[in-house]
Amino acid sequence: MNLVVPIKLVPDLVEELVIDASGARLDPDALRLKLNEFDDHAIEQAILLKEKGAGQVTVVAPDIEGVDDALFTAAAKGADRLIKLTGNWNNGVNNHALARVFANFVETLRPELILTGVQAHNDLDGAVGPQLAEHLGMPYVGYVSGVVVFDNKAQVRKEFPGGLIAEMDVVLPAVLGIQAAEKPPRYVPISKVRATMKTAKLETFPAAELETAGAPTTVRLFQPETGARATMLAGDADAVATRLVEIFREQGIL
Amino acid sequence: MTIPTITNPSFNETFYASLQTPPTGERVRTCLQCGMCSGVCPFGYVMDFPPGRMIAALRSEIFDRVMKSDTVWMCVACYACTEVCPSGIPLTEKLMARAKEELILSGAVPAELQLALENSQRYGNVLGQSPRKRADWTKGIQATVPVFGKEKKSAEVLWYVGDYASYHPRVQTTSRAFAQVLNALGVDFAILGSDESGDGDSQRLAGERGLFEVLAAKNAQAFRKYKFGEIITTDPHAFNAIKNVYPTLGISFPVRHYTQFLAERLEQLKPLLKQPVNGKITFHDPCYLGRANNIYDEPRALLQAIPGAELVEMSHSGKTSLCCGGGGGGMWLEGFQWEKAHTRTSEWRVREAIASGATTLAVACPYEPPRFEDAVKTVREASGMEVRDVIELLVESMEQ
Ligand code: SF4
Ligand code: SF4
Repeated sequence: MNLVVPIKLVPDLVEELVIDASGARLDPDALRLKLNEFDDHAIEQAILLKEKGAGQVTVVAPDIEGVDDALFTAAAKGADRLIKLTGNWNNGVNNHALARVFANFVETLRPELILTGVQAHNDLDGAVGPQLAEHLGMPYVGYVSGVVVFDNKAQVRKEFPGGLIAEMDVVLPAVLGIQAAEKPPRYVPISKVRATMKTAKLETFPAAELETAGAPTTVRLFQPETGARATMLAGDADAVATRLVEIFREQGIL
Repeated sequence: MTIPTITNPSFNETFYASLQTPPTGERVRTCLQCGMCSGVCPFGYVMDFPPGRMIAALRSEIFDRVMKSDTVWMCVACYACTEVCPSGIPLTEKLMARAKEELILSGAVPAELQLALENSQRYGNVLGQSPRKRADWTKGIQATVPVFGKEKKSAEVLWYVGDYASYHPRVQTTSRAFAQVLNALGVDFAILGSDESGDGDSQRLAGERGLFEVLAAKNAQAFRKYKFGEIITTDPHAFNAIKNVYPTLGISFPVRHYTQFLAERLEQLKPLLKQPVNGKITFHDPCYLGRANNIYDEPRALLQAIPGAELVEMSHSGKTSLCCGGGGGGMWLEGFQWEKAHTRTSEWRVREAIASGATTLAVACPYEPPRFEDAVKTVREASGMEVRDVIELLVESMEQ
């Protein structure tokens, strides 16, 4: 079975987010990118399926800084093919454009199952998965936290709010938005990643023209502003704690 | 007669052979099965295979059973077994660390440890903080802390700060105190700021040797960028790595722990120690200062120089010091180890400190203030016990 995992990198929130001079986007020079956490789960789920005998795993990503590490790590975990899509990613890309690029390319791989992260913290215009499914004319199930594949269908566990879990069958080929892999993404020792870097091949293919239609335009990006109703407590930890307790008393909570 | 050749060595055989590297590795064959290692081990009673039994398993060719047990992760790399072993077998460095390494290679890594290792891989520090903010602890403090590449190109002393001393809010207090002491002594020093990476020693002893090598290489690159006479550090783990292990990777720089550096300047320091620090103080020997590197006198000499300080010893002290539980990955296996043992060595240690009659527990390792302060909170009879790095006590005594 041909398992394909489209992934994307997102800003690492460990670093400060800086808004650039245009006031409408993050300063790319201050950004540090990391693999979207849910995509990491999608990779893990695909490899778990492979280990159960379900075929080969191909990971596809836009060719941006930091992607090599993410791809080599995926290979060290067990991914078979690593593909970078080259294009003009410098100005950032929204999910409408990314989903089209993925759809365009992934079609050529003739996937039977596409697994991708159900969401990312920088999704402004919907998740990649459903859009990808729409372009490919495949069914989509999101918030998936378990997959078993049979001949031409997958049985998936989908999480609903309130702790409800549904089990449903999907006819393949299909796209799954992975919420969590059956097991947490595994650790690969650095020695293994380094060995993989020497043997694994990164394939590159040109990405289709970026087509952003349908996505919103960001007019202004700004830090949360202090609202009139919020009171900021100043001073050292003791002073703040004392005042906090007073406020709780005044409000009748304590 | 034909000598039979082993064509397909078993995992048991390759593992056993991998331990027997010079200069001391082959001593593993001389294990007497005396059991002293397992007896002295703080968590030996929880381990399915404490060191001696692990060697017995290797000899019986049942090492696969060791690999099926997760209690190897109880090892906090405290060197107690290595210290007592009559055959001089490098149990901590070789046997235990290699067993953990094999577990990591096989993918059996406790989740908490995984996070710490991933943080070290990605950010160069185990706390998962921004590497750009590594020197942020120096902001807004009175002491001057020059950074190599910014304020200085060369200095007599390169202060290797380390992960916890850079990022952990409690340990930053120690770092600030050390900056004050260096300023007061007029030492020409600088730190590496964001050029610095974690020393990697505890990652190595938790079995992630490759990660250790990557971090060591990064630090070597930073060290080589600047001119300095020696490295000093407040972190015994970093001290141990730079002193004993980096050289095996071709990275050789003179290094000392701050207690050595300050003890040498005791005559200069003494007149500055004006304020009495009253009460009994007991000193906890950090494993990587004491057992791993035989430094016992210097921290005590510093404490004794403080007016009013009365030094008392705990039942385990010096070579027999009881580990705080933070080494060899213990810092990042808190929940895992609690589940197995339902106790913490830091709590035992705090009880010993109380029994010694001390009101202050003095330490000299960045793992310790947070660990012991937590223990003080959970051990009822310990309330009121102060946990202070030796540097913090020196600064208290220096203050006007
Ligand atoms: S190093 Fe310490 S914790 Fe590890 S086995 Fe030896 S005595 Fe036990
Ligand atoms: S202390 Fe040394 S000789 Fe004795 S059982 Fe342990 S490893 Fe063997």
